[in-house]
Amino acid sequence: MAHGVLGENGKERQPRRRRLHFPVVEAFFSDAGLLSLFNVRVFKTVLQPPYEIREFLKQSYLIGNKSLALVGITGFIIGLVLTIQSRPTLAQFGAESWLPAMVAVSIVREIGPIITAVICAGKVGSGIGAELSSMRVTEQIEAMQVSGTDPFKYIVITRILAATLMIPVLTVFSDAFAFYGSFLGVNLRGDVSFTLFFSQALTKLTFMDVFPAFIKTFFFGFAIGLIGCYKGYNASTGTEGVGRAANSAVVTASLVVFIIDMLAVQITSLFM
Amino acid sequence: MESPFLKAATPPIEPIQEQIGQQTNVIEIRHLKKSFDDHEVLKDISIEVARGETLAVLGKSGAGKSVLIKCIVALLEPDAGTIILFGKDIAASGKKEQTGLHNRIGFLFQGGALYDSKSVRENLEFPLRNLKIKPSLEEKDKLVVEALTNVGLTDAIDKMPSELSGGMRKRLALARTLIQKPEIMLYDEPTTGLDPITSREISRLILGVQEKYQTSSIIITHDIECANIAANRIVLIRDGLCVASGTYDELENSDDEWVRSFFEWHADHTKATTAMQGKKSAR
Repeated sequence: MAHGVLGENGKERQPRRRRLHFPVVEAFFSDAGLLSLFNVRVFKTVLQPPYEIREFLKQSYLIGNKSLALVGITGFIIGLVLTIQSRPTLAQFGAESWLPAMVAVSIVREIGPIITAVICAGKVGSGIGAELSSMRVTEQIEAMQVSGTDPFKYIVITRILAATLMIPVLTVFSDAFAFYGSFLGVNLRGDVSFTLFFSQALTKLTFMDVFPAFIKTFFFGFAIGLIGCYKGYNASTGTEGVGRAANSAVVTASLVVFIIDMLAVQITSLFM
Repeated sequence: MESPFLKAATPPIEPIQEQIGQQTNVIEIRHLKKSFDDHEVLKDISIEVARGETLAVLGKSGAGKSVLIKCIVALLEPDAGTIILFGKDIAASGKKEQTGLHNRIGFLFQGGALYDSKSVRENLEFPLRNLKIKPSLEEKDKLVVEALTNVGLTDAIDKMPSELSGGMRKRLALARTLIQKPEIMLYDEPTTGLDPITSREISRLILGVQEKYQTSSIIITHDIECANIAANRIVLIRDGLCVASGTYDELENSDDEWVRSFFEWHADHTKATTAMQGKKSAR
């Protein structure tokens, strides 16, 4: 019979059972569980009044306006580079005339949404993570609560909705800039009119190219907003917590964007 | 014609001494306990604050003063004990009732907790959005200007909080808290991190607020001078327990050595400061 040792209060204390300890795995599942609970809270709260319309519009403006230039320039460069890189291969098969259509399909189905989402995961996700964690550290969230405003509704819901709405809009802009970059790429070694290029590019696009790609951008936006808010809202105190929240928001959001993309491709392929 | 909003937001004013005399407690804390993991921060705290009274809670750093004040506004949930505000147990109140209570309480955070992304005007307008009777734009403007005038910051109305000094930020935070015309004010270390002159200014401002709006207040501090200037009564917390309660003079002459040591340090410090000022003026 095993005997325990006497504890401080005189009661017999059982020896602690040794258990397997994998801190990284534990942290991963703990984080995933808490993120899921946070997600449930978002869905529970989002339809409850009062609706913070003004804050939502402000956040939409900030996310859209501040990311537009970056997304546009990146889209333009990607379109240009993709065209230049693809031309020699297509030329080998005598299929240079397919260049606009090929680039259009690549951009609309995959490159435009994923590049925009990854850029926004870096810019918007880290911004939200840093802002909210800074608000947590400086007790602004508590101050909001004490003044009678629900900080979850005012800060979290508005930012998640704004990101969900604005990432698709930014993707459309990114695609447009990429098309223009591709048009310039085609004209570096040829002479194709603007109308001809776009008619060649757009006529080859089908509903199944555009629709699933557009729908998945809403999920990208939601994931970026959700993870940024989760990391920032639950940040530990201190300046270290702010840095960690911002960094963690970018890494997690980027990873989740790729996972969503993989799932979206699998689901889309079922209908094709 | 007087605005219905302003009328509703202003609490009825009665002579303060008369109110204290009536001993209607607006805050009653009974046997409050709060632990973090194995660390028992508040062991058994019982405090009452009468209408119009200002109570200073003194104690060393880490004594649990801030935990106590956060329990009062339900930012932290106590492990045991009851907190009764305006006769209502906050633990038994629903979310709506708690929001209603929050509208009657002002909380000045240690660091001010100003909204960095909002201007001074927006910071002041923010608490007004939760009032039952929504003020018009004109009324909002009037209240903002009045709040800034009370703390002497009228010139800073369009500045951002980052452009203000530490003392100005503290005064702005006080103005933001006061704009709701709260019936209870809770101050968490209002003079921490400020120079002695600004500390004294803030302490006098707190006293002025109490006299003007007849608020009941709890000041969490370890600044004896602030307690002396602004409080009617002082409670000392040690190891999670209330060890002494009384007026400044009563506690200064206490038989308890630990209680007296708090006040002796202050007396020595005041003497030293006065002596230094005397030397400087003699030069």
